[in-house]
Amino acid sequence: MADLLATYIGHFGVMFVGILCVVVVLLLSMAYLTYYERKVLAAAMLRKGPNVTGPFGLLQPMADGLKLFLKETIVPTGSNPVLFLLAPVLTFGLALVGWSVIPFGPGLVISNINVGVLYLFAISSLGVYGIIIAGWASNSRYAFLGAMRSAAQMVSYEVSIGFVIVTVLLCAGSLNLSKVVEAQSHLWFCIPLFPMMIVFFVSGLAETNRAPFDLVESESELVAGYFVEYSAMAFALFYLGEYMNMILVSGMTTVLFLGGWLAPFGLTFLPAPIWFGLKIFVVLFGFLWARATLPRFRYDQLMRLGWKIFLPFSIVYMVAVAGFLVATGNLPNGG
Amino acid sequence: MSSLNYLGEYLPIFVFLVIALAFGVVAIAGSWLAAKQKPDAVKLAAYECGFEAFDDARRKFDVRFYLVSILFIIFDLEVAFLFPWAISLSKIGLYGFWSMMLFLAVLTVGFIYEWKKGALEWE
Repeated sequence: MADLLATYIGHFGVMFVGILCVVVVLLLSMAYLTYYERKVLAAAMLRKGPNVTGPFGLLQPMADGLKLFLKETIVPTGSNPVLFLLAPVLTFGLALVGWSVIPFGPGLVISNINVGVLYLFAISSLGVYGIIIAGWASNSRYAFLGAMRSAAQMVSYEVSIGFVIVTVLLCAGSLNLSKVVEAQSHLWFCIPLFPMMIVFFVSGLAETNRAPFDLVESESELVAGYFVEYSAMAFALFYLGEYMNMILVSGMTTVLFLGGWLAPFGLTFLPAPIWFGLKIFVVLFGFLWARATLPRFRYDQLMRLGWKIFLPFSIVYMVAVAGFLVATGNLPNGG
Repeated sequence: MSSLNYLGEYLPIFVFLVIALAFGVVAIAGSWLAAKQKPDAVKLAAYECGFEAFDDARRKFDVRFYLVSILFIIFDLEVAFLFPWAISLSKIGLYGFWSMMLFLAVLTVGFIYEWKKGALEWE
């Protein structure tokens, strides 16, 4: 009995340490994504970017975090304090737990569930709650309008993301993310499904409320949108959640289309997680590049793109892929 | 036994969720304790261009937001329906394939109707 208990505690300890490692790596990459973003934006504008704090400004994210930590937490009088403080915790937590099913390498995954894709889809849908709760609990007009917009925007693009994922599933034949990656060992899905990857990436921009779809916080009209009333760590958690979501969408793009941890051209001298990280790094550059170059969409343009272009296009492409696979007998699982 | 194993895979997710939420709570509580809190009436008022708010911010909003969420539910359910279909297409054969095509055709008719009715217009 004591033996059994010891084994259980041992297993639990290994799991706990593994999760902590992933959380620490994620938090660090999130912090340095802000640095990366500022450097890329600076380069696009022929500036230097942060370069004072530490060598090459490398300590800048830490300094920013510390500054936010030492600010006063303001809870407006008209707000619902509990919901007001729950919203950032929820946003941040949900952005983080999506990573529990992402495989970093062969067998390197916190929880290898058989419905990983469905889980990710569910978690990204839940992300809307944090924003809606924040907008409602703030009891501020800007926050309320920002939250409404954000919710409508996120659900609109969620639909096309769903169809893109179904197309990938048709080719992969499994909901398990490790199997989705292994199905790409001969051909990455970005080649046959290239248009779908573009739809996924652009929908990902809209889903994470990033430029050019950052209507939620469009400074010129809504000042900051749903988090206008937030300060200190509550604000920081929203901010971190947004960046975490960017990394998560890049990770999903990598797993679904760019072969996850698989090394390109048989260049296996680098370990699998490094390849995975490098691919995410490249996809993230797309996010920052879009922010540096594209002007903001108008709200009606945003909704038109989502419902009238992406949705019909992704349905047609999905049907075409399914028809092609059935007609040529190329379905996975020996169809 | 195998179903128990499947469930066992969700334990790490639960632990992860607890850690993630705890991190958020600790961060906010820590900041609240570490920083000097000096609230006053003006600081805690809702932000509104320097004016005092005339009335409650939670007022009526455009019905189109509601419409979008209804459309979303329809299509999201459709996607949820497509997930198992996509996985098992090799086993259900042509019959399964054409059944789903019929279902999609019905939904497409509905989608065209919405479009013509102007449910997707924002001006």
